Amino acid sequence: MRTPEPGDEIDGFRLGERLHTGTMAWIYRLLGPDGPLPLVMKIPRLGPGEPAINVISFEQCRMVLGALAQGPHYPTLVAYGDIETTPYLVMEYVEGRRLSEWMREAPRAPEEVAALGAKLALALHEIHRQDVIHLDLKSANVLYRPGGEATLVDFGLAHHGHFPDLLAEEVRTPVGNWEYMSPEQILGIRCDPRSDLFALGALLYELATGRLPFGRPSTAAQLRRRLYLDPAPPRALRAAVPDWLQEVVLRCLEIDNRSRYASAAEVAFDLANPAQVPRTERASRSTRAGWLQRFGRRMSAGSFAPAPCPPLASQAAAAPIVLVALAFGPPIDSVGGGQSDEALCEALRRSVRRLCGADGRCRIACATVVPPAAALTGEGDAATATGRHIRQLVELRRWARPLELAEERLTYHVLESEKPVAALIDYASVNEVDQIFVAGNLAAEVASRAPCSVTVVRARPQE
Amino acid sequence: MKLALFADIHSNLEALTACLEHAARLGAERHAFLGDLVGYGADPVAVLDLIAEHAARGAFVVLGNHDAAALGRSVKGLNSAAVTAIAWTQKRLGERQRAFLDALPLAVRHDDVLFVHASAAAPERWSYITGARQAAQSMRAANAQLIFCGHVHEQRLYYMGADAKPMPFRPVAGTPIPTARHRQWLAIVGSAGQPRDRNNAACWALADLERARLTFFRVAYDHARAAEKIRAAGLPERLARRLERGI
Repeated sequence: MRTPEPGDEIDGFRLGERLHTGTMAWIYRLLGPDGPLPLVMKIPRLGPGEPAINVISFEQCRMVLGALAQGPHYPTLVAYGDIETTPYLVMEYVEGRRLSEWMREAPRAPEEVAALGAKLALALHEIHRQDVIHLDLKSANVLYRPGGEATLVDFGLAHHGHFPDLLAEEVRTPVGNWEYMSPEQILGIRCDPRSDLFALGALLYELATGRLPFGRPSTAAQLRRRLYLDPAPPRALRAAVPDWLQEVVLRCLEIDNRSRYASAAEVAFDLANPAQVPRTERASRSTRAGWLQRFGRRMSAGSFAPAPCPPLASQAAAAPIVLVALAFGPPIDSVGGGQSDEALCEALRRSVRRLCGADGRCRIACATVVPPAAALTGEGDAATATGRHIRQLVELRRWARPLELAEERLTYHVLESEKPVAALIDYASVNEVDQIFVAGNLAAEVASRAPCSVTVVRARPQE
Repeated sequence: MKLALFADIHSNLEALTACLEHAARLGAERHAFLGDLVGYGADPVAVLDLIAEHAARGAFVVLGNHDAAALGRSVKGLNSAAVTAIAWTQKRLGERQRAFLDALPLAVRHDDVLFVHASAAAPERWSYITGARQAAQSMRAANAQLIFCGHVHEQRLYYMGADAKPMPFRPVAGTPIPTARHRQWLAIVGSAGQPRDRNNAACWALADLERARLTFFRVAYDHARAAEKIRAAGLPERLARRLERGI
C-alpha cells in the first residue's frame, strides 16, 4: 500500500498535513469538506510487510469508538471506510496538550500530578462505565482539552465488553505499551478495567519522580518481572513526593488486581482529596519488597493468576461512591430545625446502613457545607475558622460512628461555600458520586440539579 | 436483508410468538428456524403450523435432534424427560406436521450463510458446540462466512482469529455486533423456547446481512402460561419449572 500524501482525496475527504506516523497507522489533518468539527483521518498501514495486527487493531478501534456515546473524554467518530476497500476512520481533531509535554519536564509538583491524574482518572471512569477498557495508556495517548478535561486517544488496542475482542487471539506477544502494561495484560487478559488503573499508576509514578517504575523492558523475560517485582517507592527516589501520593500510586501499581482500587472514580476521588487518602503501609514504604517476599513471588510467578475480570460495569456498577449531605450551615444540629434533627440524622444513617448492607463495596462520603471563613461576621479570624472546621469534622465523625463501617470506606468533607446546593453538586460531579442522600429543605433543589441519583430522606412523623 | 433467527423453540408457542412479534417490530424481512422446533413443550402442533406458514413464505427451516426423534428416527442422548415429551409429542402430531418435519433438511445454505441445528461438521451426529475446538470443526466444515446454529441453548458468538482458532464471545443483548465480511463467524442464537442461563427470557437474534451486523436479543414472554400448559398436559413437572426459572 502506497503511503497516502497530503492532497490525496479519499471518499471525498482531502488529506492535509500528516500528524503522526505510527507502526500501525498514519494520521492526517483533513482539509475538507467543512463541517462543525475539525477532523483527522486515521489510515491503517496494511499490505505486504505490515503485521496482521494492524488490520485487527483498526477493526477494534472502529468498533469501540463507534459504540461510545458522544463525550469530551474521547474523540467523536464521524465516518469510516470499508475495511476491504478503503479502510479509514474520520474522527474529531482533539485540540489540547498531550500529557507527554508535562512528562518531558517530570518530576512535577505533587499538586500538579494529582490534578492531571484526577482528570485522567475521570476520563477512564467514563469509558469504564461504558464497558470500554483502553489498555494502551501512555502519555502520548492522553490530551488535556483547553477546558481541562482529559481526552483519551488511540483506541486501537481497547477492549469493549459488548463486542467480541478481536485482539484476544494475539495473546502470545502482549500488545500495548510495555512500560506501563499491567501484569494481567502480560498474561493476555484483556477484560479488567483495573489494568488501566495500573497504567495510570505508572504514569503518575513517572510524573511524580521523573522515572519509569519498571524501566524499559525490551524482552518478554524482562517484561515478566512485573509479575513479581514491585517498583521502588516514589518517596525513596524523590523525598518531595507526599505520602498520600505514594499511597495512591502504589495502590494503583499493586501486582494483584484485587489490591488495586476497584474503580477509576475512587482514584479520582483520592487524588482530589489528598487529606482523605487512607494511609496504609504503602504510604510509608521506603524500600521495595524484601528479597524473601520477592523470591516467593518469583517462585509463584509461573502460576500467577490474577483475579477474574469483574462483571460489566453497565450491568453491575463497581464500588459506588455515595455522598451523604449532612447539614447546611453551622452548627450541625440545624438540619431540619427543632426536635427532628436527631431523627433526620438517624433516618439518614438508616438509609446508608441499608445501602451498605446491600452493597458491601460502597464508599460513603459524609459532607457538610459551611459559609466561607471570610463571611463569618465579627469573629473572622483564622483560629475561629479552623476551630469551626474541626467542630464540623467531629460532628461528621460522630454521625458516622454508629454505622460501624471500616475506616477506609468513610471520608469526611467540610465544604466552604455561600451556596450549599452548588457546593454539593460540584462535589458530586468532580468526584463521580453515584448517589446522594439528602434530607431537609435543600433536598428538592439538590435532586433537581444533581448529576446522579438522589435519595431524599425523611424522618417518619411519629419519630 | 434483515434475517430473524430462532432456535430450540421446543413447542413453546408463547415464546415463539413473543420473539416473532419482536422481530416484526424490528423490521425482520426473512426468518430462519434452526431446529428443535418440538420437544419439551406443550404446543407442538400450533408451533409447527406457525413455522410451516413462514416456510411457505420463504423461511429457512432445518431439522433438530428432537424433531428427528419425534419422527421416530433413532436419536441418542435424550434425557428421560425429553423422551417422555417426545412420546407425548408423537401422539399429537398429525399427518401434515409429520410430513413437514420429514421434509426438513439437516442444513441449508444461502449464499455465504449456512443454517444448521448442531455442528456443520456432521449435522446428523448432533454434536454440541461447547468450546473453541468444536466451533473450529464446524467452521472448517461449513465453508460459509456466517454459520447460524442452535442445539446449545446459551447464546454464543465465535469468531475466527488469524491462527484459525475461534474465540468465544458471550453477547450482550441488544448490542449490534459488526460481523466483518473478511472473517468467519459462528453464532449460536440461543434457545427461544427453553432458555437455560438462569434468565427465563426467550433468545433470538437478528442478522442484518447488508450492513454486516448481528444483534442478539432476549424477550420476556408469558412463561407462566407455557409452564401451565406443560403441567396441564401431564408432561414432567421439571419441564415446567425450567421455563419459570430459565434453568
